[in-house]
Amino acid sequence: MDYFLQQLINGLTLGSIYGLIAIGYTMVYGIIGMINFAHGDLYMVGAFISMIAFMLLAVLGITSVPLALALVLVMAMLFTAVYGWAIERIAYRPLRGSFKLAPLISAIGMSIVLENYVQIAQGARVKPMQPLIQGGFDLSLQPGHHTSLSLLQILIMLLTVGLMAVFSWIITKTPLGRAQRATEQDMTMATLLGVNVDRIISATFIIGACLAAVAGLMVTLYYGVIDFYIGFIAGMKAFTAAVLGGIGSLPGAMLGGLLIGLIEAFWSGYFSIEYKDVATFGILVMVLIFRPTGLLGKPEIEKV
Amino acid sequence: MASRLASKSPAATLVKDSAAAALVAALLALPLLGFRMTDTARGLVLDYRFPLVLWSAGVVFAGRLLFTLAGAAIGRRLAARPPRAAARRWPLSGGRGRALAGWAMVGFALVLPLTPFGDRNLVDKATLLLIYIMLGWGLNIVVGLAGLLDLGYVAFYAVGAYSYALLSQAFGLSFWLCLPIAGLMAATFGMVLGFPVLRLRGDYLAIVTLGFGEIIRVVLLNWQSLTGGPDGVYDIKRPSFFGLPFSAFAPEGHQTFAQFFGLAYSPNQRIYFLYYLILILALATNLFTLRIRRLPIGRAWEALREDEIACRSLGINPTKTKLSAFAIGAMFAGFAGSFFATRQGFISPESFTFIESAIILSIVVLGGMGSQVGIVLAAVLLVGLPEWFRDLQLYRMLAFGGAMVLIMLWRPRGLLAHRDPTILLADHPAPSPADPTAPSEVSP
Repeated sequence: MDYFLQQLINGLTLGSIYGLIAIGYTMVYGIIGMINFAHGDLYMVGAFISMIAFMLLAVLGITSVPLALALVLVMAMLFTAVYGWAIERIAYRPLRGSFKLAPLISAIGMSIVLENYVQIAQGARVKPMQPLIQGGFDLSLQPGHHTSLSLLQILIMLLTVGLMAVFSWIITKTPLGRAQRATEQDMTMATLLGVNVDRIISATFIIGACLAAVAGLMVTLYYGVIDFYIGFIAGMKAFTAAVLGGIGSLPGAMLGGLLIGLIEAFWSGYFSIEYKDVATFGILVMVLIFRPTGLLGKPEIEKV
Repeated sequence: MASRLASKSPAATLVKDSAAAALVAALLALPLLGFRMTDTARGLVLDYRFPLVLWSAGVVFAGRLLFTLAGAAIGRRLAARPPRAAARRWPLSGGRGRALAGWAMVGFALVLPLTPFGDRNLVDKATLLLIYIMLGWGLNIVVGLAGLLDLGYVAFYAVGAYSYALLSQAFGLSFWLCLPIAGLMAATFGMVLGFPVLRLRGDYLAIVTLGFGEIIRVVLLNWQSLTGGPDGVYDIKRPSFFGLPFSAFAPEGHQTFAQFFGLAYSPNQRIYFLYYLILILALATNLFTLRIRRLPIGRAWEALREDEIACRSLGINPTKTKLSAFAIGAMFAGFAGSFFATRQGFISPESFTFIESAIILSIVVLGGMGSQVGIVLAAVLLVGLPEWFRDLQLYRMLAFGGAMVLIMLWRPRGLLAHRDPTILLADHPAPSPADPTAPSEVSP
């Protein structure tokens, strides 16, 4: 039971991170119908910026952990947002409404560029970081077993829940969210009704990049090591999460993220750690075969 | 751009525009270029490289300024020309011209090792290039003809390579016997993997194939007892010329290739042989594609790509048709894979990462989906050129990714985008290819 609980906690933490990345995929897919392949690399960029920001704050002599965290969060979101915006502006906007595969190829190219840029700029070696937040609670149910919930895990889950709340509020209650939903439903009609579609799409990429940056910050804190290649596999799992939850659906992305995190944690805990990625994709395939629209997705009717 | 320049103060707008671009560049460069985490004995230390930030901002400012000016100048010149001249066609766009270019390329490839500059190094690089061309042609059956987006094509390449490597090691089978087996294995994998997923929509199919590609790589990496895990398989048998090995000394009672033909032994012979081998394999793939496009099954693929619902109402079974394209595409990847294994003599999961799939898919899409000559051009551009700059290893992939983006921006439909329909009604003129600027279907 203790072991189960521990895997549950680990899975939920991991799932929160995947969920935040998955939202970026699902939003972009919902609005412009493309797989933003470079999104996973934005998360990697966010992780690097977070680590650099932490080091910079240490140099500047800011030692208060909550203050440092808040500042790093702001910096990572800000600079990653610039990356998200620039990628859309340079590589995707000129191709909007073009041949269907063109943005996908452009996105794959962008992903390669980002990975190699970071590799050149920061070196290929794995970057370690001292654990910043330590401590936690002991939740052991039986003597002799060990189950712990660290402060960091609580922080990650709380931050995710908080961001989700803010994000849902933006989508459902603000004019920006309304314009976003309108663009998602019918881009031409939204344009006719005075929605600046270019700006809305830019905003979508910025929001996605901010969430990816938070995920990057979390992973930097949680694992303590990052390298330029982390974006690929995390991005793929997050996309899997988005598809699992039903692509285009925001609660679906979060649900999918949590499920993928849980599957990964339990599979690694009970079966084999080597094949955890196989388990994730295996489940994706199963879902797509038996429920192609994902868990919360709406069925799509193809019209002639 | 030209119209914006024509507003009141073009110079001011231009400078403002460039300054904005420079500001964005500075913001992009500041966190990742301006600081560098350096490994030292005391752990990570932050280095400062702010001049690089200024440099990138300056380069972007100048670049933006020059490109806008140049763009405006070209725009003015085009506007001054009669409209027909402006709509010039790509030089190789005609069917005749392209066939001619194709034959010229085949001729060039045939004589390449005999030309004075066809030294060992060049032929070796050309062999690698031909592997990618063959993979591009194979994937073209799946993506270009049948319109199925496959992001995990490298999985079948891996299946082919491992099939040959393991069969030849375990049972001592020769390359020539293993080649068809490897193709068959890859095709079987294609069928098994394809069957459950081929009814999925395009993007989902892409992601599932991507997942399969990763699964196969992870399995190869972890199934130590069979595949040797990350160490891979080595000492893979080299191919022979009808039983004549390309080695300096033949085993007891056998002859080498050089002895049989009364030549002096040279290690170049094997390299040239491998080159011609992959050339033949690649041309076979090409010939197959060209012929099958005229057969009912090939027509069904192309019809399915254009409109699945219409095909269904005409009695084409979409699942079977897609599955055949998937399996045949996989088969050619299997052939290429076993050639790769025999050429390298060593394979490991390292060679079958997602980036390979991405490269092959880019070759197909950049070439202009479905265009056989376009694929050759794209392969030369994406694989051949970077291969010559191997010394700049670090910047090679950066340039590769950048080229992918730029070519897409420049020609979103690929280098040789114009494609004549396979079959036409007699009276009707050829329909023009869809206007790339016209809005295509955006997901509902």
